[in-house]
Amino acid sequence: MDTSTLPKAAELACRAARNQRWQPDAPLPLHSEIFAPATQGAGAGAALAFARDALCGGNGRVDTNAAASLEERSVLWVQDARAINLGGRPYRAGLPETIRHRLIHVAAETPEDALFAMEEGLRCRDLAAVVGEVMGNPRALDFTASRRLTLTAEKHGVPLLLVRLDAEADLSSARMRWRLTAAPSAPPRWNIAAPGRPSWRAELFRARSHPPGEWILRDEPERLAAERFSATTTPDHGDLVRGPGARSLAAL
Amino acid sequence: MAIWCADLALDRWRHSEGCQRGEGADAAPLVLITETAHGPRIDAANRAASAHGAARGMMLADARTLCPAIQTRPSDPAGDLAFLERLAVWAQRWGPWSAMDAPDGLLVDVTAVAHLFGGERRLLADVEKRCTARGLTVRTAVAPTAGAAWALAHFGPSSAILAPDDDMTARLADLPVAALRLDNDVLLVLKRLGLKRLGDLVGIEEGRERSNRQDNHGRDSIQRRFRNRKSPAANPLVRMDQLLGRVPEPLLPVVPVTAPMVQRRLLEPIRHRPLLDKVVEDLAEDMARTLEAKGQGARRLQLGLWRVDGEVILRELELAAATRSPEHICRLFAERLDDVDAGFGIEMLRLRAAWSQPLALDQSDLEAAAEQHGTSLAACIDRLTTRLGPKAVQRPVPRASHIPERAQGWQPPLEPEPALQGELAFHTRPLKLLDRPERISVLYAAPEGYPRRFSWRGQVCEVARVEGPERIAPEWWREKGTARLRDYYRVEDEEGRRYWIYRNGLATDGRGGMPDWYLQGLFA
Repeated sequence: MDTSTLPKAAELACRAARNQRWQPDAPLPLHSEIFAPATQGAGAGAALAFARDALCGGNGRVDTNAAASLEERSVLWVQDARAINLGGRPYRAGLPETIRHRLIHVAAETPEDALFAMEEGLRCRDLAAVVGEVMGNPRALDFTASRRLTLTAEKHGVPLLLVRLDAEADLSSARMRWRLTAAPSAPPRWNIAAPGRPSWRAELFRARSHPPGEWILRDEPERLAAERFSATTTPDHGDLVRGPGARSLAAL
Repeated sequence: MAIWCADLALDRWRHSEGCQRGEGADAAPLVLITETAHGPRIDAANRAASAHGAARGMMLADARTLCPAIQTRPSDPAGDLAFLERLAVWAQRWGPWSAMDAPDGLLVDVTAVAHLFGGERRLLADVEKRCTARGLTVRTAVAPTAGAAWALAHFGPSSAILAPDDDMTARLADLPVAALRLDNDVLLVLKRLGLKRLGDLVGIEEGRERSNRQDNHGRDSIQRRFRNRKSPAANPLVRMDQLLGRVPEPLLPVVPVTAPMVQRRLLEPIRHRPLLDKVVEDLAEDMARTLEAKGQGARRLQLGLWRVDGEVILRELELAAATRSPEHICRLFAERLDDVDAGFGIEMLRLRAAWSQPLALDQSDLEAAAEQHGTSLAACIDRLTTRLGPKAVQRPVPRASHIPERAQGWQPPLEPEPALQGELAFHTRPLKLLDRPERISVLYAAPEGYPRRFSWRGQVCEVARVEGPERIAPEWWREKGTARLRDYYRVEDEEGRRYWIYRNGLATDGRGGMPDWYLQGLFA
């Protein structure tokens, strides 16, 4: 066995200590939650962008075999009735081209039905991803239900992106939780008076393997671009903090 | 053997009325009619109506002038055809296969069969006796070819028998040319040529007029006359050859298809759910064996539960793809059996695959290994549709329209997409479309200029960037003339919220007052 390719212990320790910051090409966890206002298409748009990024394996570095097999698989989009009422249904002509022809839409009456549909979708080996849209904080979507979704997703390896419209961030077992709103888009090249490609202000407020932070996400044609959000009010000290183990007691 | 039900439509009507020929409702003049573009036309007339002069093909108005008291009933050609199909299956009692001869005849292959009934004569007698017992008027004939049997049944003497060693041309020479099963226009041509009997045609063919010169001159000239007619029904020579057995005449036999069905009669009526589940499981396994033997998979399943008090409870299941897996079927039925009221108990269960499709045997090991990873897409969709209903699980497909809400249709997820001309991607469309556009109040600088500010659902959006208008004209072939055009704008407000709004009409288009504004879609 060739040991030179393996990471050195020092590197591993260093990486663990640094507590790596989230990058757009970081692996997508199998259960993420996105909190977004119901009056914007930001949540669903970002969910599809995340899913596309994860399916393509990051910055266009695509294993052709895997891509071909993923190309055939469908994407399941589950909405409950209140989400459809307030936010509308997916519109085929506006969907990203890679998933336009393989979207299956489920219009569930109640949040319970939506949860059932999501779980059935996660169990299916022929689906590339499941996108859920649930309005508010329904009683059915408690910590137990959320944990159930996480376990199913991790058992079968199908990523779930749950968009919570107008919801409070209650207890959940999602591996990554985002709070998203729309951000002014970059002006397009030919008509600067027109709206450009979508961009969102995204706050990662809970994640297992990354420290929280804020980004401006931009939906580029091929990939998801992110730049650190430089708010004037709260300077971000993420890079300075060395993680919990590295802090001296005096700093606490 | 050809069987001609001379009076099929009226026989069926008499059967539905429950009256005998010439009695009860049939004693009065009565016709069966079809509505056509020029008024009702008579399809069949009973004996009393025929005596008054009504005939098939006549307009009802003409028949009314002859006999004002004539009664009418709608005719039922589709029902007649379905009846004929069942009759063809039943007629296989006299031969190994039978073919339908629409609209009112049957052809049965009785090669080497007649001795089982004691000869051709007794075979025909048996056919006529049994058909008469069912209330059908039939004329029958046996001949070496299907064409000859048909000709004899329709135009020959009743119960005619043409033995293989008879002189076929001589026996058939007196029949009219209509016995060749030709189209009406061809019959007219033959009539104008003076060819009225089969014998005339045969005579020309064989060049009998010039028997001193053995040539085929006559046949050649008919061949030239009909050289462009390829279908047998339009070419008398082909029909003649078929009649005489010189060229083969393919027939399409009727093959009865029985839906796979399994049932369990229970010794003791069951009233409890676990027992019911067990019986359904057994049925599903029986059904899987039955389907496997046929190499088929079920698309639609019907489960009938017979209760002790005679009530029948039906549960139907439709599957997204052909399957015969017992576990999958059980799981889907388990959801549908929650609301079954067993009453005093269920004593019989019957599972029937009303619609099945070919499904090849597959290797069970590989499938089992894959099964551990999760379900297949078809199984997943079946589970979703069983619980949420078929309307809830759908796939968006493009439609040919410019109006945004009409440009998208929904169809079941596993069906192939309809072929459609690709749209040019000039315009950006929103990610989500509201079910119905919501009215917004807009502040603008000029009535036909850009919107400056709008309020929607109580939030005020200052428009920071705008693109438009994209003008979409109404579809005049679908909508009323007062429908107004739409000017679509893509807008982004100061916070970055991106919407798709439109102005419904122009202030100066004369189709209403000041135009309203609507918000229809949300961009990502």
